Amino acid sequence: MAFRSAVVTFPGSNCDRDLAVALEKISGTECIRVWHGDAELPENLDFIGLPGGFSYGDYLRCGAIASRSPVMQAVVAAANRGVPVFGVCNGFQVLTESGLLPGALLRNSGIRFVCREVSLKVENAQSLFTSGYEAGQHIRVPVAHHDGNYHADEETLDRLEGEGRVAFRYAEDVNGSARQIAGVLNAAGNVLGMMPHPERAIESIHGGTDGRALFESAIRGMVGA
Amino acid sequence: MKVRVHVSLKPGVLDPQGRAIHHSLEGLGFSGVNDVRAGRLFELDVADTVSDEAIDDMCKKLLANMVIENYRIEKVA
Repeated sequence: MAFRSAVVTFPGSNCDRDLAVALEKISGTECIRVWHGDAELPENLDFIGLPGGFSYGDYLRCGAIASRSPVMQAVVAAANRGVPVFGVCNGFQVLTESGLLPGALLRNSGIRFVCREVSLKVENAQSLFTSGYEAGQHIRVPVAHHDGNYHADEETLDRLEGEGRVAFRYAEDVNGSARQIAGVLNAAGNVLGMMPHPERAIESIHGGTDGRALFESAIRGMVGA
Repeated sequence: MKVRVHVSLKPGVLDPQGRAIHHSLEGLGFSGVNDVRAGRLFELDVADTVSDEAIDDMCKKLLANMVIENYRIEKVA
């Protein structure tokens, strides 16, 4: 079975090509590009990617307008059927705004836009997206965001921790995120949102390849080695 | 009908923007400001036939993010 992936482009997405290229280079199959106004997704997808960027100019709240776009109704339905959905940066904001992931992403505690490479600790190495890592492993991945300060109430945070749904944690304080959470999974484990950009760390020319294992894990999980 | 929707961060949710504004006020020499919380104001012009429930629904579904924000609806005229 060939791996079938799709990446959604919203007006203002700017990492959609990076994400599609990462998926294509690692899977060896074409990544289908979907427009935000499409009411339907291609059938039999193994992976839906929501890219980074500034959808709708970050109007209202980051990801808020995109999460109400026609294609997101289809993405929510697919996620609820168990289709893997991966949101990076603005894609993570879209996932929290759509209710597929708990919490919200606030303005960075330091006010400034943060654009650099950070160290992440892999907290859960058993999920569909992280099985290629070792639990506790530190990886280097770039971040580039203004609103990456993860917030949820204490009860939700405790539940996320208890259920192993914190996929990645910053090894240092990057943006004020509660418990330094960088990426979270949904209860079923088929939806992952994270602020750092693994798709920007898949070739040595990027300065590191620590992001590759995330895509390799998902591809292996969906279509076998 | 004019409707104002005031959206504010829930108590306890950190407000880095409010903090920066607070800091800036102090920098300008204003003393006695204990705290600043930033929010948003929406001014809606809606048909008289639009129900209160519908306006409430607009707030819950889009204007406010109920995870972090509260809203207050004010009918102007």
